[in-house]
Amino acid sequence: MKIGIPKDGRFGEFGGKYIPETLAPAIEELEKNYLKIRNDKNFKKELGRLLIDYAGRPTPIYFARNLTKTIGGAKIYLKREDLLHGGAHKINNTLGQALLAKRMGKKRIIAETGAGQHGVATAMACASLGLKAEIYMGYVDTLRQKQNVFRMELLGAKVHAVKSGSKTLKDAINEAMRDWITNVDSTYYLLGSAVGPHPYPLMVRDFQAVIGVEIKKQMKKIPNAVIACVGGGSNAIGTFYPLIDTNAKIIGIEAGGKGVKTKLHSAPLTAGKKGVLHGMMTYLMQDKDGQISETHSISAGLDYPGVGPEHAFLKDENRVEYKAVTDDEVIDAFLILTRTEGIIPALESAHAIAHAIKISKKMKKTESIVVTLSGRGDKDIDIVKEYLAKNVKNKRKI
Amino acid sequence: MSRIKEKFNQLKSKKETALISYIMAGYPSEKITLAAVRGLIQGGSDIIELGFPFSDPIADGPTIQMASTESLNNGTKIENFFTIVKKIRKESNIPLVLMTYTNILYNQTYLKFISRAKQAGIDGLILPDMAIEESKEYVKAAKKIGMDTIFLVSPNTEKDRLKQIIKSTSGFLYMVAVFGTTGVQTKIHKYTLDALKNTKYAAKGKIPVGVGFGVSTEKDVQKYVSSGADAVIVGSANIKIIENTPTNKVQTRIATFTKRLKNKTR
Ligand SMILES: Cc1ncc(COP(=O)(O)O)c(C=O)c1O
Repeated sequence: MKIGIPKDGRFGEFGGKYIPETLAPAIEELEKNYLKIRNDKNFKKELGRLLIDYAGRPTPIYFARNLTKTIGGAKIYLKREDLLHGGAHKINNTLGQALLAKRMGKKRIIAETGAGQHGVATAMACASLGLKAEIYMGYVDTLRQKQNVFRMELLGAKVHAVKSGSKTLKDAINEAMRDWITNVDSTYYLLGSAVGPHPYPLMVRDFQAVIGVEIKKQMKKIPNAVIACVGGGSNAIGTFYPLIDTNAKIIGIEAGGKGVKTKLHSAPLTAGKKGVLHGMMTYLMQDKDGQISETHSISAGLDYPGVGPEHAFLKDENRVEYKAVTDDEVIDAFLILTRTEGIIPALESAHAIAHAIKISKKMKKTESIVVTLSGRGDKDIDIVKEYLAKNVKNKRKI
Repeated sequence: MSRIKEKFNQLKSKKETALISYIMAGYPSEKITLAAVRGLIQGGSDIIELGFPFSDPIADGPTIQMASTESLNNGTKIENFFTIVKKIRKESNIPLVLMTYTNILYNQTYLKFISRAKQAGIDGLILPDMAIEESKEYVKAAKKIGMDTIFLVSPNTEKDRLKQIIKSTSGFLYMVAVFGTTGVQTKIHKYTLDALKNTKYAAKGKIPVGVGFGVSTEKDVQKYVSSGADAVIVGSANIKIIENTPTNKVQTRIATFTKRLKNKTR
């Protein structure tokens, strides 16, 4: 399967650029500039340097011996994106785009953020490259991720709490787009996941593909299975894309929340319907009229009703399998990994761990699974604490 | 001939500019929506634009966002919207335009949605997130059913693109006056007047050009009329009046405001 640059901005039927006309020239300028630097040796060199010296690449592949032993199935390897500067894969993308923005002569950067990880990664990239950052964050998220709000402010970014709609990630994207429409000439919109109008899904995939490229290099053999969590889908597409043409089984894990049969989840690929939001045609959680549904996940970073168009395409092509795991399973996986390996995963990443635990039991001991550990869990410990206090029955209760 | 086209022809012979008035369906209720529509008709509005709320209105400023959210919270469904349209149609032959976002149509398929809208009595559609590149299927469906497709252009739309958009536009062309979202703003920029000139030139008299976003006062209307606009579009200002008026006075206040604006178009 060869995907490359999507024709007319579409992965199969998915993607496109459904945008207000005011943004059309900006998107065109972005596309032109991005396609130019995509093969520019100097750009690649400069970004490569930053990824090594500043962000801490390459990240290790770690054989989780204790976890593997505890589960008793296939060997589980962790791709340690949690060890990157800032504690998540987000910096791969923000450095790439901030460098592009600088090349385009843009001085003002805006971004949306859910958990705050992309906001922090944007603030860091902007501080290091001398750019001004303003971050839109849903009011609800500013409350559940207070630490990240302060981190962004410390890094010199301005944080706007968004009080419209459901006051979470999707509304933060809406508000960032409104800002961009208003300040289209001076401003660069640094989107944080493989979503939005073309060329964002392509660009974010390219910048995150370093994850999969390293996995391929670091593993002696192509793994039998590769797993990553899917919010907008950036760490997942970065993991998957370089492995698409191998025979590895590829699995993306969505946030099943309280169960995909309830309304309280964030799993558009598992339980959504095609539609148009934030500039793209993709699978969305929506009601009968086409109103976008409010979502739920224990992890703020997966709490989004849409998904990157390339994932929608890979699902329909049956190249990637998409599954959901519930909040309960996630907490369990979070505790198992923490206890067996001394690694506290982000709740987002714990979704991928939960599924790895499920399938490794059914696989042979000689087989291998690579899980992308997209981020570290420091930001989530209050949420876990609260959850455990409310769910005394949890068998791994502290 | 479509109701919209017929209206512009009539106005042309009278040397009048069209006043197009926007309100949000279901805000604050179905009953007040109908009262406001009656006020608009009484005041002399030429075309009515009815918004159907979308959960994620990226092209709208705080006023219309608020109206969308309230309308949705009141339980406005697409069925209710079509009911409102049918009720208006019993009372008036005024051209009615639906403004909403692409997903509302996409959800039912363009063809099915547009034929339902047509049946209810809608004459044209405005979708602020429908880019010309993605519009082939939508325009095809609308043509088949005889629905006008009103596209938006912006002050930064380039010449070739403008031509392309005009080709797919019917009813009128909607020129967005500002870099920004919908909402009341204070001054008219030079770049807007320049853009109006260019857009009119590109339209070559074949399609009327309406100016909207931030048009709220008699002075605004006068300025755009004297600068050659074929229509002025007033939205957030109507919503503000509805927001700040006791329900039993909405119809008369809207009528008075509309009449004052309409006077500047003659
Ligand atoms: C650690 C971590 N993993 C995953 C995600 C989900 O984003 P994506 O699906 O784009 O990788 C986030 C988003 O905030 C995150 O912080």
